[in-house]
Amino acid sequence: MGSTMGRTLAQKVWDAHVVRSADGEPDLLYIDLHLVHEVTSPQAFDGLRLAGRPVRRPDLTIATEDHNVPTVDIDKPIADLVSRTQVETLRRNCAEFGVRLAPMGDIDQGIVHVIGPQLGLTQPGMTVVCGDSHTSTHGAFGALAFGIGTSEVEHVLATQTLPLRPFKTMAVEVRGKLAPGVTAKDIVLALITQIGTGGGQGHVIEYRGEAIEALSVEARMTICNMSIEAGARAGMIAPDDTTFEYLEGRPHAAEGADWDAAVAYWRGLRTDDDAEFDTVVELDASTLTPFVTWGTNPGQGAPLGAEIPNPASFANPADRAAAERALEYMGLEAGTKLRDIAVDTVFVGSCTNGRIEDLRAAAEVIKGRKVADGVRMLVVPGSVRVRLQAMEEGLDQVFLDAGAEWRGAGCSMCLGMNPDQLAPQERSASTSNRNFEGRQGKGGRTHLVSPLVAAATAVTGRLSSPSDLDRVEV
Amino acid sequence: MEKFTIHTGRALPLRRSNVDTDQIIPAEYLKRVTRTGFEDGLFAAWRKDPDFILNQPQYAGVSVLVAGPDFGTGSSREHAVWALNDYGFRVVLSSRYADIFRGNSSKAGLLTAVVAEDRIEQIWADVEADPATEVTVDLAAREVRWAGQTAPFDIDDYTRWRLMEGLDDIGLTLRHEEMVTEFEHSRPGWLPRTLPAKSG
Repeated sequence: MGSTMGRTLAQKVWDAHVVRSADGEPDLLYIDLHLVHEVTSPQAFDGLRLAGRPVRRPDLTIATEDHNVPTVDIDKPIADLVSRTQVETLRRNCAEFGVRLAPMGDIDQGIVHVIGPQLGLTQPGMTVVCGDSHTSTHGAFGALAFGIGTSEVEHVLATQTLPLRPFKTMAVEVRGKLAPGVTAKDIVLALITQIGTGGGQGHVIEYRGEAIEALSVEARMTICNMSIEAGARAGMIAPDDTTFEYLEGRPHAAEGADWDAAVAYWRGLRTDDDAEFDTVVELDASTLTPFVTWGTNPGQGAPLGAEIPNPASFANPADRAAAERALEYMGLEAGTKLRDIAVDTVFVGSCTNGRIEDLRAAAEVIKGRKVADGVRMLVVPGSVRVRLQAMEEGLDQVFLDAGAEWRGAGCSMCLGMNPDQLAPQERSASTSNRNFEGRQGKGGRTHLVSPLVAAATAVTGRLSSPSDLDRVEV
Repeated sequence: MEKFTIHTGRALPLRRSNVDTDQIIPAEYLKRVTRTGFEDGLFAAWRKDPDFILNQPQYAGVSVLVAGPDFGTGSSREHAVWALNDYGFRVVLSSRYADIFRGNSSKAGLLTAVVAEDRIEQIWADVEADPATEVTVDLAAREVRWAGQTAPFDIDDYTRWRLMEGLDDIGLTLRHEEMVTEFEHSRPGWLPRTLPAKSG
């Protein structure tokens, strides 16, 4: 990466973490924060035990239970024995290796990508890893954050480093302003449809431009979260005053002179004017409208006002075959208006859209309205603290009055490792990140949407945006 | 990790693109805490269909998976690699892989070779015409050979060396432990620690 030329944000963070660099070998990168959960860690802890190795830096490691946890009756033992064993294994491992754990019932428990930022553990310029591909979420703070496999989890536990080859860099320039009712989720869904699920392969994406700067930190997390669905290793946004305001006063943020020193350093974390990206993609925010997916990968999407495309319209044979297969799996036909697709389930939650602003947005749409007959709506806060905050604001009552279910915190129906699943052929509008075959339950069909579209869809029973509701009422 | 130099076996022509790791192994199989025994989860949803290619008797005992572009997208679950290994696959051939899947493969000794899309098409056609076709994947020569044909494949030098030597990354890194310690002394004091937590 860069020498005399200006450097990108990603390159600056990379360079600041190189422990060792040698010709023909990957760089050895120091890791500032390692997030751990129950699914991808048991074999890594086992590896340490077998080799007689300790966790090098328990003080840079934090674990929580999120993927398997039930979202009802959380005070009772987990009914699924295999899930329970996995959670209990994490508890034993954390106790044995001295790793801080936020278990079910703890106020800091929640989806790993929600609790890191919430605690102020995720900060600009850091390297953050987790055995979960949506670690890209933390890039919203200007951190270099990416998902790793279990072998790498073991490597980080043992050494607090990772051998890595430099990533390529991609700028996604989002010009203009978003229209009302159009959100960060719509930006990222539109981007993935534009560049494809392999479009960002090998790259770190830096999201830039007026539309990105105008977003809240939580909305930035939504965008960075889904970078992986475009094939990118990570997504980043340069830290600014919005970022610093979000962080100040959080439990693990620096204070006093340390805070000032941190902010002074963070202000330098911007791509230099003369830096060059390997790839540049442009998007005009002002032309965007609510965006949804119709297929079985996140790149198969379209504006809500459009029709399902004809597979024959795809030039690439692999894309055509994938579209045909997707429509068959989804039980849909080309030419159908997306607004005519009826759903039976609405899921609001996940590391993509399970934060307080997402719940507020959905609540505002559904307030005073009812979930349509035959539709179940699950609202699953991303963390216990998000849940408590929502209850303090009365959002739980708004959802309950509308006929939605108000649940405990966790990954829930995003991947259905707990009992929250779709039955075969059930169809959801989901604020999560993946519409893969069977992702939310065997045979289940998923349409990815924003929280606003999710709430409006719950009311009409068909894919809808809030503006459709206004029209009905007039 | 077992050393990999050359492998010869029969191939599975999987004519699908965008095979995500949720398809390679669905989430319900990820609840185990062991490192082996994931073969039953491999393509579990697709294998319920008796016509799925892996269920066809002529493809019993295959060890080389030949797939469409963007193989291994989505979740970072290394279980996808373990499931392929446990089932008996030693090599995947595709024109493009998701980054995390490819990294995981190299850690677990599964060779993921990048082969041009038109060569993949040719292997599909030849293997479908004769499922007994033997495919040789030669890591030393960076070459795939089948039915009298050859195709080069891409893999970086370092990964190739590690696979051929069967080296463990942690062991390699720990050779430089003093550099890690030195780096740690240079980290700014305001960086957060998870322990002990301040109240708040």
